[in-house]
Amino acid sequence: MSTLEKMEVKLEEQTAEQTTLSGSQAVLEALIHEGVDTIFGYPGGAIMPIYDALYDYNEKLTHILVRHEQGGIHAAQGYARTSGRVGVAFATSGPGATNLVTGLADAMIDSNPIVCVTGQVFASLLGTDAFQETDIINITTPVTKWNYQVTDATEIPSVLAKAFHIAQTGRPGPVLIDITKSAQLQLFEYEGYTKCDHIRSYRPKPIVRQEYIAQAAELINQAKKPFVIFGQGIILGRAEQDLKNFIEKGGFPAATTVMGLSALETNHPQHVGMLGMHGNYAPNVMTNECDVLIAIGMRFDDRVTGRLDKYAKQAKVVHLDIDPAEIDKNVKATVPVWGDCKETLPLLTELLQENDHSAWLAQFRELEKEEIKEVIHNELNPTSDVMTMGEVVRVLNELSGGDAIIVTDVGQHQMVACRYAQFNNSKSNVTSGGLGTMGFGLPAAIGAWYGAPHRDVVAIIGDGGIQMTIQELGTIMQFGAKVKILILNNEFLGMVRQWQQLFHDKRYSFVNITSPDFVAVAKGYYIEGNKISERKDLQTAVKTMLDHDGAYLLEVMVGKENNVFPMVAQGTSVSEIRLK
Amino acid sequence: MEKQEYTITLYTENSIGMIGRISGIFSRRKINIESLNTSPSEVENIHRFTILITESEEVVRKLCRQIEKQVEVLKAYYNTDEELIWQEQALYKVPTDIIAEKAPVERLLREYGASAVVIRNDYTVFETAGHREEIDKLTAELTKYRLIEFVRGARIAIIKDSAGFHSKLKQFEREEPAPEVVENEFLDQGDNVFTM
Repeated sequence: MSTLEKMEVKLEEQTAEQTTLSGSQAVLEALIHEGVDTIFGYPGGAIMPIYDALYDYNEKLTHILVRHEQGGIHAAQGYARTSGRVGVAFATSGPGATNLVTGLADAMIDSNPIVCVTGQVFASLLGTDAFQETDIINITTPVTKWNYQVTDATEIPSVLAKAFHIAQTGRPGPVLIDITKSAQLQLFEYEGYTKCDHIRSYRPKPIVRQEYIAQAAELINQAKKPFVIFGQGIILGRAEQDLKNFIEKGGFPAATTVMGLSALETNHPQHVGMLGMHGNYAPNVMTNECDVLIAIGMRFDDRVTGRLDKYAKQAKVVHLDIDPAEIDKNVKATVPVWGDCKETLPLLTELLQENDHSAWLAQFRELEKEEIKEVIHNELNPTSDVMTMGEVVRVLNELSGGDAIIVTDVGQHQMVACRYAQFNNSKSNVTSGGLGTMGFGLPAAIGAWYGAPHRDVVAIIGDGGIQMTIQELGTIMQFGAKVKILILNNEFLGMVRQWQQLFHDKRYSFVNITSPDFVAVAKGYYIEGNKISERKDLQTAVKTMLDHDGAYLLEVMVGKENNVFPMVAQGTSVSEIRLK
Repeated sequence: MEKQEYTITLYTENSIGMIGRISGIFSRRKINIESLNTSPSEVENIHRFTILITESEEVVRKLCRQIEKQVEVLKAYYNTDEELIWQEQALYKVPTDIIAEKAPVERLLREYGASAVVIRNDYTVFETAGHREEIDKLTAELTKYRLIEFVRGARIAIIKDSAGFHSKLKQFEREEPAPEVVENEFLDQGDNVFTM
């Protein structure tokens, strides 16, 4: 072999081992290696190199151009919730990045696995008050599980690997990676992508200790009135079947939090309803009657516990949670079972004695009858002229059979939907639970559809919330997400109005909100729609909406001053729940 | 529960922005940090934070769990003063003529074990180290003698006895049932600091 030939071979070897990539290309390579197929984003000055690279990755990565970065991250959340995968959002520096903050806070408190990539000004301009520069790392520190600023492109593969690992392991959460424009442009020798499975200072889940499983089992086996309350941890841990095995073997009544909805099918014979401020009567009252409270993958939010010093004081508490900081945070655990419920539930089920608590379960059903008589029957089958939110949800249940994904915004319609929507499958409830973000519904529904495009996605939204992010109709128009938008219009900011009525002497202060012609707005976006205000049209209108092949907006006028009951008023105990 | 002084000791990765991350956990709960010191630790590339706060034990325990949730934090411990050897350092700038002329000042400095760092015609800088009360007392005394400038450092503390800490942890076992995960090279060395 001649010297020249040898040199050529050597050169070939080099190119085979090493490729020169830009930081931007490395970002997109990382996404592909992590199995990302959809990105929700909005371009801008400081993220232009990434968007330039995206031009060449069009076949592998679908980019949905949202109409506002908040819409982008809520869509990523919706995607994460229905797909069980990491949602990805792109935004530029400055205002693009700050527009993500509400979504990050929402994803943080509701434990959504999200990776956000934001552009940042050139590294040389950091701290100079450059155009569209914000200190997004410091701004987002309290609302992210982790964040990091990249100024050197060689870090990009490992930092993104870390980001995906952190976002989706342990208790999931949002991660923000801020990349300077200079790092996006920087060329470097790319040595391939290695997924991260270990960070020494990060312990995603505690090791399960058998002795505590045994203690918990002993306590539960001796219980006369055991009561299971579960949250989103079941869905995040993919432990739906394990929960079912657990409650069926032990014969326990089980109630869900708002975030746990759909983890157990609504019509399961041991499902006794929803907890919390607007939850069902029986599970709230029985929380203060049970002798062993078994909390699984839930965090005793104040909307669940009501007045804490009168919450389940008579009960021994077994708390199963993956996040050690949740144990004893609000409610003292008698036996804490740290760990992933996917691991702990089967171990606990193993030690359970088969049991039948049907007499105890019957007590829940007795209270349920009372709630049906006082509240539910009238809400679902009203005799008044005006429609109720509940009857709209009932009709939706009947027509969808409980197979739809229900996305809600925040407020009265949310509580009504959570109370009455029927869920046959897990990952079917998408709502802003912890943060209560009005404006979440529409963009989240778009993401929810991309996360599960073969399922019906119905976004139930109030007349207030829809106006907060209504611009995302443009995203639907352009990219064709087949989202059904069901506006329940009571011409009020209903939940605030309800509180003003009950607790502020009916002094209605700025809750009277007027709406545009939503159907005309939809039409402006080339989305079909309909508005109804009479009961006789309800069935047909909902059916038309569901049958329509494509996005559809249905506005239903409902009673203006209807209230959501039952209600655990703020500062009162769960057992003081009001039926009216 | 009664409030008292607690010293929180953290072992963290040495990454940018850690002080902000940690201090945010306190400030969002409206808890005042009385003193904060960061330094390298006995382990290379691992930083040690020493934070002094006055709070009830329950609050401190919850704070430590929140702190441990931070990705870059390896471990958080909290201790009462009795469980620690702790020190604070102080520097005093005093006019030199006063020291030369006033006998009590010299006595004072001897009594508190202060030593001169810099001596100039116009002023002298002394340093001393000790517990807060001693330093506060000396400061009060020197104020009477035209103290020009004073600065006190943050508390630094060593946890007295790791064996003692072993038994202390057992007390909390029920509430903190997860065993240490042996997951890093330093743990593998069986270093007491990390296996406590």
